Amino acid sequence: MTARTITYRDAVHEALREALRGDERVFLMGEDVGYYGGAYACSKGLIQEFGEERIRDTPLSESGFVGAGIGAALGGMRPIVEIMTVNFSLLALDQIVNNAATLRHMSGGQLSVPLVIRMATGAGRQLAAQHSHSLECWFAHVPGIKVVAPATIKDARGMLSTALADPDPVIIFEHATLYNEQGELPETDDYAMEIESARISRAGGDITLITYGGSLQKTMAAAEDLATDGVDCEVIDLRSLRPIDDATIMASLAKTHRAVIVDEGWRSVGLAAEISARITEQAFFDLDGPVARVCSAEVPIPYPRHLEMAATPQPDKIAAAAREVLRR
Amino acid sequence: MSADNQVSLSRAEAMALLGQMILIRRFEEKCAELYSAQKIRGFLHLYIGEEANAVGVMRALSPDDAVVATYREHGHALARGLPPGEVMAEMYGKAGGSSRGRGGSMHIFDKKHRFYGGNAIVGGGLPLAVGLALADKMQKLNRVTCCFFGEGAAAEGEFHESMNLAALWQLPVLFVCENNGYAMGTGLSRSESETSILQHAKSYRITGEDVDGMDVVAVRAAALSAVGAIRNGGGPRFLENKTYRFRPHSMFDPDLYRQKQEIAQWKTRGPVVQFSKWVIETQLLSQSDIDGLEEEAARTIDEAVRYAEESPWEPEEDLERDVYTPRKVEETAR
Amino acid sequence: MSEFRMPSLGADMESGRLVEWLKSPGTEVERGDIIAVVDTQKGAIEIEVFEDGVLEEILAEPGEEIPVGRTLAYIRAPGEPGREQRAAEKPKPESEAESPHTPATAKPTPSATAYPPSIPGIHMTPAARRLAAEHQVDPSTLKAGPDGVIGLSEVQAAIGAAPTPLEARPKPKARGIDPVEMRRAIAAAMMRANREIPHYYVTSTIDMTPMMNWLSARNAERAIEDRLLYAAPLLRAVALSFAKFPDLNGTFEKGAFVPADRVNIGMAIAVRGCGLITPAILDADRHDVDTLMTKLNDLVKRARAGGLRSSELSMGTATLTNLGDRTADGLMPIIFPPQVAIVGCGQISERPWVVKGEVVARQLMEMTFAGDHRASDGRRGAQFLSHLASLLGKPEGL
Repeated sequence: MTARTITYRDAVHEALREALRGDERVFLMGEDVGYYGGAYACSKGLIQEFGEERIRDTPLSESGFVGAGIGAALGGMRPIVEIMTVNFSLLALDQIVNNAATLRHMSGGQLSVPLVIRMATGAGRQLAAQHSHSLECWFAHVPGIKVVAPATIKDARGMLSTALADPDPVIIFEHATLYNEQGELPETDDYAMEIESARISRAGGDITLITYGGSLQKTMAAAEDLATDGVDCEVIDLRSLRPIDDATIMASLAKTHRAVIVDEGWRSVGLAAEISARITEQAFFDLDGPVARVCSAEVPIPYPRHLEMAATPQPDKIAAAAREVLRR
Repeated sequence: MSADNQVSLSRAEAMALLGQMILIRRFEEKCAELYSAQKIRGFLHLYIGEEANAVGVMRALSPDDAVVATYREHGHALARGLPPGEVMAEMYGKAGGSSRGRGGSMHIFDKKHRFYGGNAIVGGGLPLAVGLALADKMQKLNRVTCCFFGEGAAAEGEFHESMNLAALWQLPVLFVCENNGYAMGTGLSRSESETSILQHAKSYRITGEDVDGMDVVAVRAAALSAVGAIRNGGGPRFLENKTYRFRPHSMFDPDLYRQKQEIAQWKTRGPVVQFSKWVIETQLLSQSDIDGLEEEAARTIDEAVRYAEESPWEPEEDLERDVYTPRKVEETAR
Repeated sequence: MSEFRMPSLGADMESGRLVEWLKSPGTEVERGDIIAVVDTQKGAIEIEVFEDGVLEEILAEPGEEIPVGRTLAYIRAPGEPGREQRAAEKPKPESEAESPHTPATAKPTPSATAYPPSIPGIHMTPAARRLAAEHQVDPSTLKAGPDGVIGLSEVQAAIGAAPTPLEARPKPKARGIDPVEMRRAIAAAMMRANREIPHYYVTSTIDMTPMMNWLSARNAERAIEDRLLYAAPLLRAVALSFAKFPDLNGTFEKGAFVPADRVNIGMAIAVRGCGLITPAILDADRHDVDTLMTKLNDLVKRARAGGLRSSELSMGTATLTNLGDRTADGLMPIIFPPQVAIVGCGQISERPWVVKGEVVARQLMEMTFAGDHRASDGRRGAQFLSHLASLLGKPEGL
């Protein structure tokens, strides 16, 4: 089986292109997706290939164009709305939470909103407080939408088509530090990756490390470090944040009895807390120690590099948390 | 009303206009009664006094156009042709309601009639309308999306974003602003530096008209003209209909912010009163025609209430359905 | 006659205070007429009638606080005959009350065995609690780890199960046994032995002079690294003895003795920081003395380096604990549960002995056999020791 080495960005670009070519109902809409080539260069060249109708540069009107995406989806199209980053999505929260998530239910099942929203997310590039949010948990909180976090090249390539085929709104979070990452993409006829399950990124028996998105690589690095001490970690890449794949998590805990959750969102009232609660509910008698969390510190993300690193999960903190859990 | 209107209005059309306005009026009065008796719960926003807007505009729309409205949408739903029983059952919360009871008074949806709510966030429906129109334009379907909203929406950012997008992309949207002077309890002059909503639209280069929203014939004429222009590829259009609600914002509102004289004055120019008087004067219709329309409305409403009363409740086991679309039934929205 | 009730004007309106009647009894009313003014938390609201008729009788006075739904007045329909005394209609049930209230089907909870209830003052992890319940271990008999919590490893040690995965799994890099874990496991095992096993002790003094002479002769021809230590023939003798006494070689579980079909002798080996661990030499009765020596060396090395296999740690059928040189004369060994026997040997020292009526200096070793009195008795233990002594007396036969 041959494989290509490409970047995460390339994978996103390929996925977009494949989607646009494959279905004329698909179009891409967002700020600077057209002539600028995309804020993260994910749509470079697409406007030249597909034209202005299908690659639509929008004004700075997040609420307007996300709502328009919802309406267009109601009206028979398959829009991909790109919100430049999760930081700007706050302006569109009304449309996402009050329309996209609710239209099916409020209409008694008459309407479906087959909309895909893509957003960049996360910290790590010294962009300071207003450009470094990880708000996946806010969206994962809302019934009626689906939320995914592709952490690998395969998922960056393959989740989009599945999301587009989904009759309900799907939000795809792309961690901004992943775009430049290189990786292997095995050649295949069908790159589609399903979007509702987690994946064992590394099998092991001593402790389960659960994470998603931009924190996967850091967690894997921590696992390698722990291996040199004879600790065999199992790493779970959640992939889907709504719904969360409980079965994979609990099966792992039945084996390891210990868990650490790594989540770049702030610690309080976040995704890690949700998963911890589920573990208590479903795997209580498998636990040989409390579930630990490694999250961002309770501070808006600071600008200087050393403080940004201190504020966010890092491999050494993850490994330390695992050791602490194992000490019990 | 001018002689020109008289020429263009047939008897059948007049019956339809007055009949629908009377139906809406009596339906809303019935809702008030049922709400007081606790059959209808939550919020109830009555359209009494504004009937001419929904009725007049709907005459210009065809069945495959789309309608987006607000939480004060019972009149629009009835004028659009949604079965009154389903609308009433929706307000009761019964399974036979337009939205299977899940939405209530503020969220009446009917896909068959391309009636997209029922939106409870002021201004929240405008981007939806823009999107529906965008889809029509991209699919080269010659359809119009008609978006009703109150003048309060003009203060929301979404209003401006939607105006801009519609004009920029020349989308087939008819924006109908039902300016009744009050956004809940706040008068227009206290919330808008520019009180002409039409002027807002013009600043986005959208062609529009000021309309007397109490005159159903004027509303109808303005709508026909605007919709015609849109169908001819003229881009979005805007109507600012000056109108008035005779009742408070919602049921639980002591109306402390309006003067009784003001309400009384507007009532003398009410749409039903005005049009009834005119059709009698011009002998387009007779008093017995009008009585007949009242009786028909009463019958329709009685049936609607009976339908709602007899409609079943959804079982609790079905609580979590219709949050996501079941995979086998993928609806294409064409 | 119909009842005019206090209307509900909002979801959070519970009652209203009647301010004034705008119509008096006897007057005609029309649908839509304002009939009264009611004061609510939002202010004074006019309330209307929804039918035509005559206001017949008012039931509430201005100033009264009236709950939503209570009758305020009677209205006689037009054409209805005069006042009649009618029983007040039962208030129409709230539409909510008619809604079928089927109890929400609870999501099925994972079936929970009756786990032992938590005991005040004892901190046990859920997994430990479950394991203890499965093996009928009384949590109050378990000793907590250094952090005061009873976890899986404590329970596992108590039931003699394989130690925690950290010890048993071969490591990519030699890691060594976690001494803390090991101590904990040993402690737990010893507590259990002390608690559960009724020990009896039988002691003999063995003349090891023939053995030592035999060893010297054999070792004289060997390189140092190939030299036999007396531990090897001792082990063989012990193994052969257990093979001959199958009722002493096995485990006591669930109230009965289960004889083993192999003779796996656990060798007590001192590991720095941990204390004694007892990995077993499997099929010890089947190997000659030289092979046993090799195995012993290997075992000690691996035990100290942390490279033991879980089978070695869990498959012993009886144990030999040999104090070795320069230690003590004798010991009263504790049986390693679930085994039923253990042989303890003191140091070999030169002491006065009597041979053929004469006092002579001999190499003597105190040997103690401890048996589980549920499986055997002192007589049996004595017979075992006697046999073992005779084997040790003829080292060339081993």
